[in-house]
Amino acid sequence: MALQSGRVAVAALVVAAAGVAFGQGSTVDEIAKYREALQDGNPAELWEARGEEMWTAPRGPRKVAFTQCDLGLGPGVVKGAYAHLPRYFKDADRVQDLESRLVWCMVNQQGVAPADATKVTFGDGAARRSDLEALTAYVTGQSRGVKMDVALDHPKTREMYAMGEKMFYYRGGTHDFSCATCHGADALRIRLQDLPNLTTLEGAQKAYTTWPAYRVSQGELRTFEWRLYDCFRQQRFPELAYDSDTAIALTTFLARNANGAAFAGPAIKR
Amino acid sequence: MADPMKIRANVVGDSTEVKVLMNHEMETGQRKDAQGKTVPAWFIQNVTATWNGKTVLNAQWGPAVSKNPFLAFKFKGGAKGEKVQIVWVDNRGDKRTDEATIA
Amino acid sequence: MDARRREVLKTGGGVSLLALVAAAGWLKPGDALAQGAAWNKAAFETHSLDETMKAFGGSAPAQSKDIAFVSTPDIAENGAVVPVGVSSSIPKTESIAILVEKNPNMLAAVFDIPAGTDPAVSTRIKMGQSSNVYALVKADGKYYVASKEIKVTLGGCGG
Repeated sequence: MALQSGRVAVAALVVAAAGVAFGQGSTVDEIAKYREALQDGNPAELWEARGEEMWTAPRGPRKVAFTQCDLGLGPGVVKGAYAHLPRYFKDADRVQDLESRLVWCMVNQQGVAPADATKVTFGDGAARRSDLEALTAYVTGQSRGVKMDVALDHPKTREMYAMGEKMFYYRGGTHDFSCATCHGADALRIRLQDLPNLTTLEGAQKAYTTWPAYRVSQGELRTFEWRLYDCFRQQRFPELAYDSDTAIALTTFLARNANGAAFAGPAIKR
Repeated sequence: MADPMKIRANVVGDSTEVKVLMNHEMETGQRKDAQGKTVPAWFIQNVTATWNGKTVLNAQWGPAVSKNPFLAFKFKGGAKGEKVQIVWVDNRGDKRTDEATIA
Repeated sequence: MDARRREVLKTGGGVSLLALVAAAGWLKPGDALAQGAAWNKAAFETHSLDETMKAFGGSAPAQSKDIAFVSTPDIAENGAVVPVGVSSSIPKTESIAILVEKNPNMLAAVFDIPAGTDPAVSTRIKMGQSSNVYALVKADGKYYVASKEIKVTLGGCGG
């Protein structure tokens, strides 16, 4: 029962903090207005434009373009591809999310060294740009409005989904947190940030379909692998490796749970 | 040269509505990097918008304008197919010019 | 613009390109950009409305109800990006400036409105902390001001 009480204690702390804040109703309304005002001009479009250019340019030692890269709907087919990811790819004999797939194409088709392909995963200003972020922005933008449809049609995909589910509830790190600690119940909040309940259909759909997003507080376009990476950091977990089975498993679980919702990214968030 | 802007120009009634997203770090000169060194100020100082050779907006900016600046304004006139041009110049003397077709 | 042209322009560099263009006589003498772009340095270093008015060469602005904040929320989740829209219905509006009282330097931006352009602009500014935001309008040579308090939940200047 130690597990249960620990979870309740954290939840109580989080909810209690929420009650201390200002007039609940108006604050929530004003923040909703803020988020709405941001929608008008989304800097994510700048990343989409960069990614679109990169897509057709010959790259790497073999000078091959991403137009050869199969995202699941055929080589170079970008429209709607993100809505079906992650999925199993025969050539890689692996379930891959978009970012893993991009790395795979860079390494196996363009001849880029693996270390170089993931040298800059998450950008930091003009001096340290991430091609992967730009490419992700472009590819996901091409699934705007497309209904999420991640299929569990391959045993390895089912395996990844199961592993992702296990990970979601796995408690660890110095604070004994799991994803579910923050995302496993309704009306949880950290300071002024509402936490989506990823165990409900609505919560899962709203959360997954709005990544990648231009994070105003970062001044950068952030991808889903970044979101997981940052969650691990906030949970005081070991660093989540890019393109790892763990990242792909969690993504498979969360993406599949969002099935049926129209993809709305790249979005803009605080 | 800097990355291209995203410009949208649309006819709305008898006017043209322009929305621009610019690629720029807009460093205030207040921020310190991971090593504790102050990141020097680097920001767009001037923005000029023209349509058919006529200046439709002129702006002077300081570093308090947000990173990857957004700008929206409207002017009378403009027809589908005509061009709106935006130029920005920053405090390093770097410049960027982009054009959009009014839709 | 195609990739090749962009490459050429990239290697040309910002300042040298300007020099080339100016030398080619493409920029007219009155062009602000040719003259190294007019930028009111003094105005961008002021810490009060009075100081700013001095830098603009104007007298104290009158409060005006004809200046509206449009699509400007009362609370910003992050001070790094605060949407501010200003619309003036004062006749002969020539310019609109946005100032943040508690920022290290008050003036964020000033927009010159030529005849034919709507006296309304929208942009996004950084706010270091919750503060009054001023919309300063110059119309027919006179200055007017309106203000709005915007709360910020996380400062947007230093990170």
